[in-house]
Amino acid sequence: MPSAVTQSNPTESPAQQMDIVSDADVVRVRQAVRTLALKAALSIVDQTKIVTAASELARNTLIHGGGGSAQLELVHERERAGVRATFIDSGPGIADIERAMAGGNSTAGGLGLGLSGSRRLVDSFDLKTAAGGTRVTVIKWKR
Amino acid sequence: MATSQGIEQVVALLQAQRDRVFRSWVQAVAVNTRGRRTAAETEQELRPMLDALLTGLSAGAVDANNPAFDELRAILAEYSRARARQGFTPAETSVAVFALRDAVLTALHDSNPAAFADFPAFSKLVDNLGLITFEAFVQARETVIANQTEQLLELSTPVVKLWEGIVAVPLVGTLDSARTQVVMETLLQTLVSTGSAHAIIDITGVPAVDTQVAQHLLKTVVAARLMGAECVISGIRPQIAQTIVGLGIEFGDIATKSNLADALRLTLQRAGLEVRKIARTS
Ligand SMILES: Nc1ncnc2c1ncn2[C@@H]1O[C@H](COP(=O)(O)OP(=O)(O)O)[C@@H](O)[C@H]1O
Ligand SMILES: [Mg+2]
Repeated sequence: MPSAVTQSNPTESPAQQMDIVSDADVVRVRQAVRTLALKAALSIVDQTKIVTAASELARNTLIHGGGGSAQLELVHERERAGVRATFIDSGPGIADIERAMAGGNSTAGGLGLGLSGSRRLVDSFDLKTAAGGTRVTVIKWKR
Repeated sequence: MATSQGIEQVVALLQAQRDRVFRSWVQAVAVNTRGRRTAAETEQELRPMLDALLTGLSAGAVDANNPAFDELRAILAEYSRARARQGFTPAETSVAVFALRDAVLTALHDSNPAAFADFPAFSKLVDNLGLITFEAFVQARETVIANQTEQLLELSTPVVKLWEGIVAVPLVGTLDSARTQVVMETLLQTLVSTGSAHAIIDITGVPAVDTQVAQHLLKTVVAARLMGAECVISGIRPQIAQTIVGLGIEFGDIATKSNLADALRLTLQRAGLEVRKIARTS
């Protein structure tokens, strides 16, 4: 799985790379996402939504993916700002995507609502998964 | 025979001019910690280091990880740990090692310029010893921080008695799983020790509720029920409510209220109590 590929979109500020190998890292990622959401001037509700989605995906990276990293950045598109967060691991991948995305199915004793739920909380949700790892990218735009 | 890592001439110089090098070393270190260490204290701290360094060097060690430097590494690590606990900065700590390089350089310059050839190897040794102080320092700081975090966990999870048989936990700040666990255990214990049948869990001060936090809350409510106590979750602000709905979390038949006052009213009612305005008599 490629890591830290810098995208060459001129309107982007440099991405912030953070390791996710412990519970404390999940908290740090969440705080970094909140800081970006404030910079993008998202509403309080949208801030809370992207922060919560990031919390879910970061914890999946840690628990299901066996650790990995997050790439966080401020993005711009036609005058509007947004926050993009990408979560990357080189774990086992999601065996049954349909089942995982349906909601309510956890292979680890969780609520099983993290993936399906975070998709509903964000504007754009992109999931790539294979036996070699998982990569989820989400974006929340300022309204 | 001098090898490419030759250091013999520096060792010879250190042995011959031990006192002189020691004095200028102590002086350089003392300048950096002025007011927090007396010269006598600095001397006491540095003397064992020099002794251990010379012991290792005399045994032919050049590499900081050589077993001949075991003693020196232990002294440096202990010195760094003590400094970290006392609130010194990493720079104030590692200067003790790096200042030795300058002391040796000055002595070389004054008495045996020919020995300069040995200096790079000695300099590298000093660098590596410096790294050892850094590592020990950082480890000690992390321990200090971890202890403080633990203390904070306990401090920040008070369970308060609101009324006879009614307790409340006001949750404030980020709920990571360790903290949520502590809160919930404390609540369940308090329910038992106070013989309470009602609890209010107030999340007004919680910035985000994800599925893990929600699961902890749900588990706690279920556990409390098993103990014969009923919970109300209060302080669900609009952004939290919308996020919980977005995630698809259902609280089932668990009572939730937007603020603590409403939760208290409901709980008093459940406990068969009533709060009334009374007519004042003068
Ligand atoms: N990064 C990942 N790597 C491997 N499997 C994953 C990953 N993320 C999610 N999954 C799988 O998808 C399931 C659903 O995820 P999620 O909705 O977050 O629920 P939960 O984390 O509570 O189990 C998980 O139980 C797991 O089997
Ligand atoms: Mg999850």
